[in-house]
Amino acid sequence: MDPTIESPARPQPATEPMLPDPWRVERVHAETADTFSLELTPVGGPRPLAFSPGQFNMLYVFGVGEVPISISGNPEIESPLVHTTRIVGTVTRAMGKLKAGDLLGVRGPYGSGWPVDAAKGRDVVIVAGGLGLAPLRPLIHHLLAHRADYREIALLYGTRTPQDRIFRADLRRWTARRDLQAQVTVDRAVSGWTGHVGVVTKLVAHAPFDPSNTVAFVCGPEVMMRFTLQELQRRGVPPERSHLSLERNMKCAIGFCGHCQYGSMFVCKDGPVFRYDRVRSLMKVREL
Amino acid sequence: MNDIQQLIRKHRFFAGLQESDLELAAGCAANVHFPAGQHLFHEGESADHFYLLRSGRVALEMAVPGRQPVVIETLQAGDVIGWSWLFPPYLWQMDARALLAVRATAFDGKCLREKCASNHDLGYELAMRFAAILTHRLQATRLQLLDVYGSHH
Repeated sequence: MDPTIESPARPQPATEPMLPDPWRVERVHAETADTFSLELTPVGGPRPLAFSPGQFNMLYVFGVGEVPISISGNPEIESPLVHTTRIVGTVTRAMGKLKAGDLLGVRGPYGSGWPVDAAKGRDVVIVAGGLGLAPLRPLIHHLLAHRADYREIALLYGTRTPQDRIFRADLRRWTARRDLQAQVTVDRAVSGWTGHVGVVTKLVAHAPFDPSNTVAFVCGPEVMMRFTLQELQRRGVPPERSHLSLERNMKCAIGFCGHCQYGSMFVCKDGPVFRYDRVRSLMKVREL
Repeated sequence: MNDIQQLIRKHRFFAGLQESDLELAAGCAANVHFPAGQHLFHEGESADHFYLLRSGRVALEMAVPGRQPVVIETLQAGDVIGWSWLFPPYLWQMDARALLAVRATAFDGKCLREKCASNHDLGYELAMRFAAILTHRLQATRLQLLDVYGSHH
């Protein structure tokens, strides 16, 4: 298969695209001091929401507002639907106060996913920074569920401190696997930390992949992605085989309102996952 | 070709170096081992070596009075440790401690400086390779200083 192709089909919203469905909070899990995961089930019985790794939903805290949040759960299982986010504004602050049993509006899934088919038969390198691991987690679940379809898989994850690592149980499992080369690095160590210290870009040079046959998936703060993609290119991974997930201010999620316009594209509809060669020039435009 | 020459030609730091230059460099090298917890060097000591890491993990640390040493960065197999041997006053600027047991090739800095002084081609090659490492580490440190994972990004 041509490594540059995108995944052709992606799940679409099952109902009216601007109308949120009520979902119930089953569990709230604190990932870090300011980041949490919500496990949701549909109100009124099983009504699975199929999604592709990398897609997002619009989550509506009734009476407060709506925000786009990446789906961070396992796409191989139907329930629960999992979202992970950090408290950064009014809506996510209200979301962080939800408890088991509370209701939340969900519409989606939206956007492009990680092009998993483009990576079949190739090495895969996944580079995540901070909360950027959340939209990559469904991809990792997918790759591991279909492990035989891929060659080497490397996961490189960077956070500010060891306490800022999200999905710690997953990280423990992933680093223990022999068929996944998972490495974690922190910008600032604490006493007792014997892992890597330094920016995640430094791990790229050491990761076990053949650049001539590798597909890269990158998500994190934009400046981290910029330098990671430079490192990947330095190793020999071409931009057309590097993919990144962008974040912009999204409102409608279906390309109507224009809030997330990115050059001639909309992050909500044409992204959030983009092939690097298609957005590289735009990433240099400071106003975008 | 001796064992060390064979070993260092596989290390990416020496990739593409002429065999005659590799032979000169290997003449100043010896294989070393540091168990976990042992220091490779301390700040202020004479910087008379640099190391090509072949396995293990090393923390570069700065001592801060009244606190645990601050780990600035860690290095692993494939990395190079130490450029203070190349520039006066030839003193280490920080501590290096093995976090995991380390196997490395150590190069005698004085021996290599003398060879570089008499063979400018070798000197130029090594200076360029160390300059590339310095640039790369400086860039990484700048990114580290940005604190990109903070909530304001």
